Amino acid sequence: MSLELRDVSRSVDSSVYIHPTSVTLTPGGFNILLGPTLAGKTSLMRLMAGLDKPTTGQIFFAGEDVTGMPVQKRKVAMVYQQFVNYPAMTVFQNIASPLRLNGESTAAVRKRVDQIAELLKLGPLLDRLPSELSGGQQQRTALARALAKNASLVLLDEPLANLDYKLREELREELPRLFENSGATVVYATTEPGEALLLSGNTAALNEGRITQFGPTHTVFRNPNDLLTAVIFSDPPLNLANARKEGSTFQLGFASWPVGHYSDLPDGDYQVGFRPHHLQLQSNNESELQISGGVLITEISGSESFVHLGLGEYRWVAQVHGVYQWDPGQKVDMFLSSANLLVFDSSGSRIRMAYG
Amino acid sequence: MAEITLKEIRHSYQSNATAPGDFVIRGVDITWREGGAYALLGPSGCGKTTLLNIISGLLRPTEGAVLFNGIDVTAQDPVTRDIAQIFQFPVIYDTMSVYGNLAFPLVNRGVAREEVDRRVKEVAGMLDLSEMLDQRAVGLTADNKQKISLGRGLVRSDVNVIMFDEPLTVIDPHLKWKLRSELKRLHQRVGFTMIYVTHDQTEALTFADEVVVMHDGDVVQVGTPKDLFDRPEHTFVGHFIGSPGMNLMPCQIVDGKPVVGRSVIPVNRSFADHEKCSGLVLGIRPECIQLDPEGFQVSITRIDDVGHYCIVRAEFEDQALQIFVKEGERIPSENLRIRFDRSSIQIYKDGWIVDGGTPR
Amino acid sequence: MIDRVSNQKAWFMVLPVILLVAFNAIIPLMTVVNYSVQETFGNNVFFWEGMKWFEEVLRSERFHASLGRQVLFSFTILIIEVPLGILVALNMPRQGIGVSICLVLMALPLLIPWNVVGAMWNIFALPDIGLLGRAINGMGVEYNFTQNPVSAWLTVVAMDVWHWTSLVVLLSYAGLCAIPDPYYQAAKIDGAGRWQIFRHIELPKLKRVLTIAILLRFMDSFMIYTEPFVLTGGGPGNTTTFLSIDLVKIALGQFDLGPAAAMSLIYFLIVLLLCWVFYTLMMRSESNAS
Repeated sequence: MSLELRDVSRSVDSSVYIHPTSVTLTPGGFNILLGPTLAGKTSLMRLMAGLDKPTTGQIFFAGEDVTGMPVQKRKVAMVYQQFVNYPAMTVFQNIASPLRLNGESTAAVRKRVDQIAELLKLGPLLDRLPSELSGGQQQRTALARALAKNASLVLLDEPLANLDYKLREELREELPRLFENSGATVVYATTEPGEALLLSGNTAALNEGRITQFGPTHTVFRNPNDLLTAVIFSDPPLNLANARKEGSTFQLGFASWPVGHYSDLPDGDYQVGFRPHHLQLQSNNESELQISGGVLITEISGSESFVHLGLGEYRWVAQVHGVYQWDPGQKVDMFLSSANLLVFDSSGSRIRMAYG
Repeated sequence: MAEITLKEIRHSYQSNATAPGDFVIRGVDITWREGGAYALLGPSGCGKTTLLNIISGLLRPTEGAVLFNGIDVTAQDPVTRDIAQIFQFPVIYDTMSVYGNLAFPLVNRGVAREEVDRRVKEVAGMLDLSEMLDQRAVGLTADNKQKISLGRGLVRSDVNVIMFDEPLTVIDPHLKWKLRSELKRLHQRVGFTMIYVTHDQTEALTFADEVVVMHDGDVVQVGTPKDLFDRPEHTFVGHFIGSPGMNLMPCQIVDGKPVVGRSVIPVNRSFADHEKCSGLVLGIRPECIQLDPEGFQVSITRIDDVGHYCIVRAEFEDQALQIFVKEGERIPSENLRIRFDRSSIQIYKDGWIVDGGTPR
Repeated sequence: MIDRVSNQKAWFMVLPVILLVAFNAIIPLMTVVNYSVQETFGNNVFFWEGMKWFEEVLRSERFHASLGRQVLFSFTILIIEVPLGILVALNMPRQGIGVSICLVLMALPLLIPWNVVGAMWNIFALPDIGLLGRAINGMGVEYNFTQNPVSAWLTVVAMDVWHWTSLVVLLSYAGLCAIPDPYYQAAKIDGAGRWQIFRHIELPKLKRVLTIAILLRFMDSFMIYTEPFVLTGGGPGNTTTFLSIDLVKIALGQFDLGPAAAMSLIYFLIVLLLCWVFYTLMMRSESNAS
């Protein structure tokens, strides 16, 4: 029961919310829409649900053209950021509502609701109203209702964004298990790369109404096709610099790096990037690239430190293991392996070199 | 700048509270030194915002006293306490430009025009707002609006403490990152006492020199980020700090050593016999478990790749265990063996830490 | 913005209403348009006059006078009702039993049928037996709304203020309740005084609500008929004869259908124009702010 979008776009007046997009989402793992706010994740989800009609293009679900079909006819369930529940109904009635609409018998409804409530740890709360529940419990109720509907397409629009950090962790672990046996195509929108990596599945990186790359999450993460995707999929932010290749070196202004595997590249202007956790404090025989920078500030996060470095006009971040308390202004040497470099040409496309 | 002391603060939103359950804050006693960066960390409903409002004067505590530099200010309102507070969503004055917003607190206090101009320009420079001084504040992005809120606090030279109530809630993740480190730099530069309230442990640990962890109206632990990480004094702290938090497994003490299931865990110290009772839990952080071909056998349930490390979810002696494995380290698909870092094991009884005896 | 999914079936449900409205409103309107361009001496015989009535009305002194009075009236009550309404709303409690009491009190004047309002004030303000009239005269001030134009005006204005300020109060109160607490807290911390809090926080946040309130009050006051008619009948003389009262006098009193129809159409167009101006201003300030 896969969802296919063919050249789907959406514009209202003169603003383009979604540029012509084609993508196929399959059941099995989560299909993650990753991007900053206003990238188009919600617009895309609304098109998938049938809440908005695409300006151009068609939408196919399980092979059938559903482009014009109103949302009530489609088997879609959606969970929002803002814990949407029927305020006048108890938790039990909330979860039961899609089952009752379907005309199931009272006994069957009772059994299924109990089953789902058990899964989501809502058992003792069935008689309460949503206003009497905590944020996490309200969102579990919304998820339970979505599960009860047994929809073929489940859309989760940043469902954990309004929850406490630890609650988010808890629910995030439970989510894939909840939907794995339902056979539904699940689409999950988020702004956090870390969440995408934890949920795995497939990821579509979105920016300004366009999908820049779609594929298995870890492939998109480790092997971005272009600069935008690499930037979207980095937290802490990607360290970037403009580099000019001259002969056998990359000139970065404050440093000069050997080109290593990129020796076949034509000379010219490029952009190089790398992820903060690839900057090491110790050099080993793989890390031939060295930088020396002044520490701007160090942030300690338990067992890791984020070191903010000032190099020339750039501000880079290194994510190192261990607790370090450097004073601002102190000079530090850090090392990087060229295998971890991401090189992009001036238009932003990724240049991949075959390793010898 | 002031040293802030909270003495036996208890607070209830009900008018005649008697049972402990009625109280939102159940006894808080802390001293915050001048010029420090502090964080109040805890889940929703633990009372941190209530405590913040008590410090700022927006709320009067049911019991207890608030002291600024030793002087009791419990009866004083926010204006006389000279505090600045930044809220969850940006609070700016729609009618004024950025300049007007920043100047507002000074103008209200009757400061001379030239002085106002000087201070506003200085603070705008610190916060990277100099280019926008003439723009209408209402049209700016959320993070710039929060900077204006912050600027209104910095612009007053007499401010005793600046308080942040989950200020990054409405900010985009990558801007959140930027603003967070800017706040820390700002604190280093300006040296004001800053108290940061949040439920996000990364925000708390990266910003503060000292963190106060709250749970259900009580202060559970006060310490530096390193202390809270290495030596959580309560299982709640162990669970709450770290992503994911500490692994907690029920255990027994046999011959001075902790035993989980049938495995004796080597530790760098011994535990006295009188701790041989029920309610004991062994805590070890996922970061402190190493792969060791000679170690305990665990069965793998799932592996999550998070980029720069993998989280291995495994089962050890019928308990769930989470292990961090660095990027690049090979994880055998079966027969995975691990070892616990001896100095990082903690034992808890009924939630609270038990200190072992002489180190071996 | 939510895009409503189109559903053709809805038209069937709306059809009866459309027919009803058409019968009761649109057809009479078309009749009026018809009358406005023709002349009749009765017996259903009509002569085409074209724009003659419109020109006559637009040039007539009488029309100018009643239009002038109308504009003055609307202006006066807006100036009084809007600030007064906001002031009352600012002082209404936001919590506790006081909220319900105040809301009910404010709602009461709005519930009274309009001609009852006129009748009430009529008796209330009578100079000899009315409570208000007698009291004012007793204090030594000359007051007689049936004979003195100034007294008549003051009475009509007072009646409208009494009747309709509550609407502004209720709308402003709803707007004020929607302002989140942190704004007040931040202003307190910044050392802002009451007036500044009003000017920099409450007034800007009330802008939208106030635009609606002013629009509603303006439209209603411009079309006002029942209350002043029952109170003063348009008098003394024609000093409180507002546009609608004048219109009815011409149409039903003198049975000059042509000029009456033309005048009512002009009236309609004036109101429409002013509403459009308001609407555009409102939309423009919305898009400026966002």
